[in-house]
Amino acid sequence: MTQEVRTADQRTAATTAGSERAVERPVFIPPADIYETRDNIVVLAEMPGVGPDGVDITLERRMLTVRGRHAGSEHTGYPRVYNEYTDGDYERVFTLSENIDRDRIEATLKDGVLHLVLPKAETAKPRKIELKAS
Amino acid sequence: MALSEFPRMGFDPFAELRRMQSEMNRMFSGFGFATARDFPPINIWLGENSVVVTAELPGVTRDDVTLNLQDDVLTLEGKREPKQPEQNGNWQRRERAYGSFSRAIQLPFRVDADKVEARFNNGVLEVELERLEADRPKKIEIRAA
Repeated sequence: MTQEVRTADQRTAATTAGSERAVERPVFIPPADIYETRDNIVVLAEMPGVGPDGVDITLERRMLTVRGRHAGSEHTGYPRVYNEYTDGDYERVFTLSENIDRDRIEATLKDGVLHLVLPKAETAKPRKIELKAS
Repeated sequence: MALSEFPRMGFDPFAELRRMQSEMNRMFSGFGFATARDFPPINIWLGENSVVVTAELPGVTRDDVTLNLQDDVLTLEGKREPKQPEQNGNWQRRERAYGSFSRAIQLPFRVDADKVEARFNNGVLEVELERLEADRPKKIEIRAA
């Protein structure tokens, strides 16, 4: 049996405590999948409508901030008659559990999904400790 | 934001209260919308002689989607496969939805099946359908009596 895709909740708007944005455009929290391998932490974030030049990723200590600016999809001369989603920007902050080697971070954007590979720093990798024979 | 009087005591009993308030505001800010959304969400734009249907399909490629047109009903079907993590990978967070989807969209008029254009752009599918020539409105001249 196939599973029906249904997003359980509507898109959640990102909020920054106590402040307001200058641009009057909605900001959404992009849904994300995160998995961890021995060497990397991989983040997959959905940001439909964002072009490759609209992505902004920063890493400060363990705070990873992902921002996406919508490229805009105005259909001039085409009034909107039915509406289920609105265009908006994306913003999300993650606190990572490991130290990241920031020089080797790889980010790609394909079909509206941001693919982020964050290699763990050498010091954060598990190390096997050999027992010395006494 | 009002600062409470307690920080010098080393703890702030109102911090949690403020956090709760902002959480509640966030929860209710979108109240009134549909709670469960169909996937994918679509928008319809109506031109003079054509209609544009856009759908947000992040992570879906051209090969994963089939578009069918019957009279004035456009059917959008497809499947989104979950990405398997590499070996020894474990999920920390899974928020994206996977599986098959199907949506039937009733168009406002009959369209020409030969003049349909569909393209993907940054995870957004855009389908433009042209109105059937025979179906277009005709202007009727009123003759002077």
